[in-house]
Amino acid sequence: MGDFINIFIKSAFIENMILAYFLGMCSFLAVSKSVQTAFGLGLAVIFVLGITMPINWLINEFLLVNFEVEFLRFIVFIAVIASMVQLVEMVVEKVSPSLYAALGIFLPLITVNCAILGGSLFMVSREYNLTESIAFGLGGGFGWFLAIIAIAAIRERLRYSAVPPALRGLGMAFLLTGLMGLAFLSLSGIDPAVFGGYTPSK
Amino acid sequence: MATTTETKIAEKEPWFSKKERVLMTDPLLDNNPITIQVLGVCSALAVTSLVYPSFVMAIAVVFVCAFANLFTSLLRNTIPKAVRLIVQLVIIATLVTLVNEALKAINYPVYKQLSVYIGLIITNCIVMGRLEAFAMANKPWRSFLDGIGNGLGYGLILIVVGFFRELFGKGTLLAGSPIPMFIIGAGEDYWIDTTTPGQWGNTLFWWYANNNLMVMSVAAMFVIAVMIWWQRSRNPKLVDIS
Repeated sequence: MGDFINIFIKSAFIENMILAYFLGMCSFLAVSKSVQTAFGLGLAVIFVLGITMPINWLINEFLLVNFEVEFLRFIVFIAVIASMVQLVEMVVEKVSPSLYAALGIFLPLITVNCAILGGSLFMVSREYNLTESIAFGLGGGFGWFLAIIAIAAIRERLRYSAVPPALRGLGMAFLLTGLMGLAFLSLSGIDPAVFGGYTPSK
Repeated sequence: MATTTETKIAEKEPWFSKKERVLMTDPLLDNNPITIQVLGVCSALAVTSLVYPSFVMAIAVVFVCAFANLFTSLLRNTIPKAVRLIVQLVIIATLVTLVNEALKAINYPVYKQLSVYIGLIITNCIVMGRLEAFAMANKPWRSFLDGIGNGLGYGLILIVVGFFRELFGKGTLLAGSPIPMFIIGAGEDYWIDTTTPGQWGNTLFWWYANNNLMVMSVAAMFVIAVMIWWQRSRNPKLVDIS
């Protein structure tokens, strides 16, 4: 359990997907103009990351590594992600039409969100086990969610300030992401050992 | 009558006509994938702390972009609309797998350095975006050129960002490549041996202390923001109103 919390905190704050690795920047920049839509996309990312990560772990462990076909990893992972997104979309549509309406167009977009595939590839290269990969998926998704909400709120405020014309919009978004990244760097002072189950160098 | 003249012109058109050249040069500056189209910022900015890996990444993206465009364009009339995204993803994933295995065999240190970011070319929005916006509606040769152009526009940004980050962050240029340069500062090495004195001669800027901010990934954001600033001040038409 300590391990779970440890990796969750680490992936959500210290090694934030967006602010430390730039994963999912495209949708991050494109959909962060209002808090409401950012909220929807953030939820969808948590959802899909949390689901695809354990599935990809199982497939990687029991199919790819077992039969020594690791070179197929990219194709298999992206196929899993695409089909999971499709599946999640159908289930959400049936179970909760209101959530479906809220997530709406963002769900299919998530297939090509680098954070999802990047999460799975990081999971393989860091050799996480099943629990750790679930924690990494949820934590990474949560960190992504936090970052996009924060920048959307800042950008909403920014609309009423006097920014140099050439920096308006995209330029400011880049600067802000950089500043937020710096701010998040200070969180690297968190000592994961506090939560117990500390595993060094992972 | 009009149609026959049109076909004649099309037949006579050389391979590198002006229109085709624009396809390749336009994405370099005024329609740059990163700073104007905002595509593909995702996967590769974390690799720009050194010039050489950025350069390798740029080559990989040009290759994948060009050939994915070519193959999609060749297949564009046979792909059903409902499954086109899956087909495109399979084409891209196959090409990326090729690049990945080739790089692993040719240059293992750089492969380690790029780690997951080569695989992330699959979800790089430039490749998908160009397939959707261009290759699905255009002839193979033009799509191929468009792919090269956009890949180059992307690579250009990577290399420029890598240049500033490596120069000010590490004091070197092209460290780890066949032609490493020791320019300013103490030059903390990645794979090169800087402990041997006199290997690169005495540097003029011995007083320069490396700026560690530039090594951090956030520096890429600042460098790109400055590039956007410069680009849009130069050409006010590019300023977005929102």
